[in-house]
Amino acid sequence: MIRLLAKYADKIAAARLSAPGAPLLAGLDDALVFNREAQESSVLAGVFDRMSINSLLFLPPAEPYATIIDFLAARSAEGGEASIAPSDCETRTFLHDLPVVAEFTPDALASALKRRKSVIVPGKGVVAHGTVSPEQAFVSASSVCFACFVKFFADYLAQLRCGKPDAEYQAAFERAKTFLPPMHHRAPDLPAGPFADREAVIQAMDLTGKATVGYGLVDSFFGNISYCLDDVLYISQTGSSLDELPDCIDPCHLDGSSCAGLTASSELMAHQGIVLKTGAKAILHGHPRFAVIMSMDCDKKGCDKIGRCHIECTEPRFVWDVPVVPGEVGTGPRGLVNTLPPAMIGRRGVIVYGHGLFAIGREDFREPFATLLEVENYCREEYFRRVEMLGS
Amino acid sequence: MNARLNGWMGWVLRVDLTTGTASREPLDPAALRLNIGGKGLAGHFLDPCVHLPWDHPDMPLCLFTGPLVATIAPTSGRACLATRSPLTGAFCDASVGGSLGTQLKKAGLDGLIVTGRAPRPVGIVIENGETSVRDASHLAGMTRDRVRAALDCSGSLAVVGPAAECGVRFSSIMVDTHHAFGRGGMGLSWAAKNLKYLSVKGSEKVRVADPEGLKKAREDIFRLVSASPVLSGGHGFSCFGTGALYDLMDSRRMMPTDNFRASHFAPAGELNAVRYKEAYQTSKHGCKGCHIQCKKVAADGRSMPEFETMSHFTALIGLTDIELVVAANALCNDLGMDTISSAVTLACHAEITGERLTPARVLELLEDMGRGRLPELGLGAAGYAALKGHPEAAMTVKGMELPAYDPRGAYGMSLAYALSTRGGCHLRAYPVSHEILRKPVATDRFSFLGKARIIKIAEDANAVVDSLTACKFIFFGASLEEYAAAYQAVTGEPSSAQDLLRLGERIYYRERIMNARLGFTSADDDIPARFFEAPGEHSLAGDIRPVPRVDFLEARAKYYAIRGLTEDGMPTQEKAKELGLEESYRQEMR
Repeated sequence: MIRLLAKYADKIAAARLSAPGAPLLAGLDDALVFNREAQESSVLAGVFDRMSINSLLFLPPAEPYATIIDFLAARSAEGGEASIAPSDCETRTFLHDLPVVAEFTPDALASALKRRKSVIVPGKGVVAHGTVSPEQAFVSASSVCFACFVKFFADYLAQLRCGKPDAEYQAAFERAKTFLPPMHHRAPDLPAGPFADREAVIQAMDLTGKATVGYGLVDSFFGNISYCLDDVLYISQTGSSLDELPDCIDPCHLDGSSCAGLTASSELMAHQGIVLKTGAKAILHGHPRFAVIMSMDCDKKGCDKIGRCHIECTEPRFVWDVPVVPGEVGTGPRGLVNTLPPAMIGRRGVIVYGHGLFAIGREDFREPFATLLEVENYCREEYFRRVEMLGS
Repeated sequence: MNARLNGWMGWVLRVDLTTGTASREPLDPAALRLNIGGKGLAGHFLDPCVHLPWDHPDMPLCLFTGPLVATIAPTSGRACLATRSPLTGAFCDASVGGSLGTQLKKAGLDGLIVTGRAPRPVGIVIENGETSVRDASHLAGMTRDRVRAALDCSGSLAVVGPAAECGVRFSSIMVDTHHAFGRGGMGLSWAAKNLKYLSVKGSEKVRVADPEGLKKAREDIFRLVSASPVLSGGHGFSCFGTGALYDLMDSRRMMPTDNFRASHFAPAGELNAVRYKEAYQTSKHGCKGCHIQCKKVAADGRSMPEFETMSHFTALIGLTDIELVVAANALCNDLGMDTISSAVTLACHAEITGERLTPARVLELLEDMGRGRLPELGLGAAGYAALKGHPEAAMTVKGMELPAYDPRGAYGMSLAYALSTRGGCHLRAYPVSHEILRKPVATDRFSFLGKARIIKIAEDANAVVDSLTACKFIFFGASLEEYAAAYQAVTGEPSSAQDLLRLGERIYYRERIMNARLGFTSADDDIPARFFEAPGEHSLAGDIRPVPRVDFLEARAKYYAIRGLTEDGMPTQEKAKELGLEESYRQEMR
């Protein structure tokens, strides 16, 4: 169990969500164990006493998350709400909203965690739980960081469009901005395709997945990736980390002769649709933050679909040369399986509103990785250009 | 309807078949809140009587539905039946889809309790607030299809077939056209009361406390279902039914083959759900209130087999004929026999006798079993194997035949089988969810790390699901977090996922108490020795190794501690008191 806890502590630090050595993780089977000694341990132990769970994570956020989360939490309290409600796809689907409590006590934490997967304590950090594995807590807490990041910058731009954000928001914005990591300008040296056999495909997917995580182009490490070889689509499994792929890739026959893709990514059908419509062999999907933020920026006044943009937007929209389409995760009637593949025809990538960027390559992952990186860099620069233009 | 309640109707109907009388009784709101519905309420009413022999006239058949049933909460049309199992002698409950739960609720009832024994075959008819016990002598010995044709029921109809009337220990109760209370032999419990059928129809509405809140919870659940590859993916249950698991189980070398002597079936690639869909031009069918529609129906109207039936009527008995699977499934349904138990019993018979089965022979054996012409096989695998002096050939836990997940390929599954209160059942903790299907996250299937607590929490969660009478499959997408919101919106009772889990713990612990009262000990919390001794693959060099016995026992001991049981798996007064089950515990000690 200790090994498992250490693994996720390292992942959190690698993603710069928290300072190295700062995350506190606890796991419970018959006995409670922590990844390190900490004064907060007794509080977490108290939460275990109040809930039927097997893992807890306390994530003191690194900057800029600390500034962002505390600001949003304070705003939610001012508005009389005990929760933050981001509108990115991850939150809408999996988190619903992010409860905020004032006290870092077992009662306060347990009270919120009984209803939701995570809780924010201003000035302290994020606490998340799991009933199966510490991985659940890691996914929830890192998704909270992602959702808050997206909401903070997206709301700021939206407020600029309506006038000027108040001084506190401006100050928080200026502070958070200073903590943004430098942009990557050089793509990694990924293998050149086309790939001749399964082993080469797996190796290329593995290296690409690790690079996507390393460059910070995906949150919770949960994008998805696929490659088509001889009418078999090799695709990452549902819930697999892009930096741990080799044992988590499902071969799915495009002729539909098998259901072995039951454990494949929830975007299997979207990937298949893209392959069939574009002839691309390689598909890479990440959650680059500013690409997500920019997909949510819209200057249309008086739109009757406000609040339902993620499923109902019919306005042709682009970020740079990349179309933005609505669509929820998966295959439902409003699923991106319906909107994404047709939008990809003749394009190098498509952004799904509030969700992330899908990019394609004819022969290998160099092209889609470059697209992910270029679009994210463009979006980041364009975001601050718009902020400046709107008078911040 | 009880004017004070939302979600629940507030009434239970008691029918005494000895006297042919029926009476409606109000339900205590405190009992409703504590037991939720379905499995919880059924256990609540069964508890005082579970020590009686399964065929005692006072042994109740407890049929209950849940507070979400007949509302817009997704997958909300189910019902749960509990009694003492004729197959295992243990506490037993089973959940059923179709429309029985919905009709019962619309009849103004949360549940039905049947006791007594009619002097001749009878049917219970509940319609428009009236209940009658009708002579069914003319239906005696009839199959499900003939009874359905004879009664022409417009509501929901539950029927036992000739297998139950002939004493088959794993006889089922068939509900509507495509559904069953399959496991544990509860069809025989009905037959012991001379109950041939139950017909229910109603038109009342369920009061919902917070319609807007329910609508939001429903939308949250829909989004998660759409995001679930298992449910809504191109290879998922909505497209292919549970048969979608067939390829996966074989690819993970977890397909029980040759009576669990191997775990890979070479021809499996040609026997998957895709082949059935092509061959039978299937259409979708769902339970009332479900949008997933995992049931598949052939163009000729026959129910398509579930995954366990597909697997057990091919790999387990060494046959490769998909028409046999469909025909065997239809025959078992018509005669009223559980398909899992039927196939495992046949596999046990084949191992002991050395008989090489053919499709024609399988159908002949099933027909003979269901008509009472092979009473030895009608005892089920454990009873049959014991009779033949080869108990090691019975692939059962607590006397219930194992489903189609070889535990050597998923150690959590070995623990889940062993600890299940009703015996060899995959649905109490269903660790396949995380060990294979990666939901909510993946765990190491070849490790017991953390599994003791995971199993305990999952049992509690599934006890809630069976008490809400929701469908377990939807929890491949949604979680108790969303269902707690739905429960709160429907009933108006403040609730959270953890609140529900606490109720689930109480419901499940009561089952442990009932089983302890019936003489079950840690010796019964075990899986067949074969899984600890032989590898799963055909080849001895295969990578599916035997379950490590020491690790299994260590994990089981941890489970006992976590569950609040003694080292022998027995309930404790302290834990019973903590859960408010003192009365149940006192009965156990008597």
